[in-house]
Amino acid sequence: MNYDRYLNRKIAAVPPSGIRRFFDLASTMKGTISLGVGEPDFVTPYHIRSAAIDSLNNGETQYTANRGLLTLRREIAYYLHRRFGSTYDPEKEIVVTVGASEAIDTAIRALAEPGDEILVPEPSYVSYSPSVIFAGGTPVPIVTTVENGFRLTAEQLRAAITPRTKALILPYPNNPTGAIMEREDLEAIAAVVREKEILVLSDEIYGELTYGGRQPIGFASLPGMHDYTVTINCFSKSFAMTGWRVGYVCAPAPLAEVINKIHQYAILCAPRQGQAAALEALRRGREDDYEDIRHMRESYDRRRRLMVDSFRQMGLECFEPLGAFYVFPSIAKTGLSSEEFCRRLLNEKQVACVPGTAFAPSGEGHIRCSYATGLTKLNIALERMEAFLKELA
Amino acid sequence: MTELESTLLDIMQEDCRLPLEKMARAAGVSLTEAAEAIDRLEQERVILRYAPTINWDKTDRERVEAMIEVRVQPQREMGFDAMAKRIYVFDEVKSVYLMSGSYDLLVLVEARTLKELALFVSEKLSTLEAVTGTATSFVLKRYKEDGVIFDDEEDDQRLVITP
Repeated sequence: MNYDRYLNRKIAAVPPSGIRRFFDLASTMKGTISLGVGEPDFVTPYHIRSAAIDSLNNGETQYTANRGLLTLRREIAYYLHRRFGSTYDPEKEIVVTVGASEAIDTAIRALAEPGDEILVPEPSYVSYSPSVIFAGGTPVPIVTTVENGFRLTAEQLRAAITPRTKALILPYPNNPTGAIMEREDLEAIAAVVREKEILVLSDEIYGELTYGGRQPIGFASLPGMHDYTVTINCFSKSFAMTGWRVGYVCAPAPLAEVINKIHQYAILCAPRQGQAAALEALRRGREDDYEDIRHMRESYDRRRRLMVDSFRQMGLECFEPLGAFYVFPSIAKTGLSSEEFCRRLLNEKQVACVPGTAFAPSGEGHIRCSYATGLTKLNIALERMEAFLKELA
Repeated sequence: MTELESTLLDIMQEDCRLPLEKMARAAGVSLTEAAEAIDRLEQERVILRYAPTINWDKTDRERVEAMIEVRVQPQREMGFDAMAKRIYVFDEVKSVYLMSGSYDLLVLVEARTLKELALFVSEKLSTLEAVTGTATSFVLKRYKEDGVIFDDEEDDQRLVITP
């Protein structure tokens, strides 16, 4: 039966994620070392897992409030203030969601109407533009370049804004480039936001993973920016809790109200045990100054240095990522396309990376290598890649 | 202990066979700086040796291990350290720890056969003057050692590629 006439054409027309295609290929290969994984190699810390088990054993199996447990929202408010400098009212401005993914989707749906433009700096995470399209809006890419350290500049932002622009997605620290925005970069963006009065969806899920002694900066913490900002965050990356599916969206009360309306009808509430685990993560963090995060960040930082220096040693141009857990080297000099490079590397050397084009057409010439993998495996992967490059030359 | 030394220890504990240049990169220093720091750690006997963690059950080697709780009566000019030394000089002894609690020394012993091990306890250990009692427990199976789980399963449960 042909279902074309039944399907929503707008959604059917969006191509499946480029990552998915590569996944199908890579998962059939034996002995592959994957640098394609967008999640921590750490298991959720034991005390957090225990809290979820306790919650189950205590019979906490019911729905929670739509916006999530108030105790959890209070901890989130405290955490965001202390670590990111952003201030949100736990009762009216925070909604606990099914991961940052739901937070992105509901926040966009709460804003975008047909004809509305949402600015999406690229390369960036795969879900922004499809979410805008699903919501009926128009994603407008802004191509960031390695020359600018894959940062969004105020000039680029200003040039992209039209009367139909409703919001900017601000995806920093960035997946896949590992780029960060320093305070002055964010302040320059804030000045344009203030002048043009557009909203900002600041995706800060990698905020804790910034290196070189930098503190996370919440966009909402900049002067006057609270009222323009929808902050998206989650527990997946900072606390190694990807499978729990717990995130949150914070916004000025009138926006949070509408976001919660979608969340309430579509989801009802985030999973109860995930919320219990998240609560423990933040409570313990408050007591031990986020020791879990510090420990993981130090480990990532060692791998980050190893990857960047090793790629440079191999002769690949490699922008220094200061956030997240990705390196985004240029493979342009090999003469292969990103897709071809990754395909051959996988077939010939059993190392899986993700082509830059999976994140945007402008990712051509780059590959994303995740360093959320132990040193031993990283070393083998690097040796294989070095051999591959030598054979290509 | 400098920050670099501490970082290098973390790296080496994860994989001490990583080439030195890669250890240096991971630590963010030059090859020379890393080599000098490791030399210092070795000279100061912070790093004592580099040895693999072996799952002997997978070899065909006969091997018996026991943990022996030893109670001793410290004597004049013969404190716990001296007692420990009397015990650790035996080749059969792999580890000796001074413990808090109901006994004093925990001794890990390895031998080829049960008989050898029994002889060690009865003839060498129990006969030491200061030893007032021993309790021997044999190791039946090892599940985890030095942070390594002795299990064949691949522990990375992540999908190969995720966004």
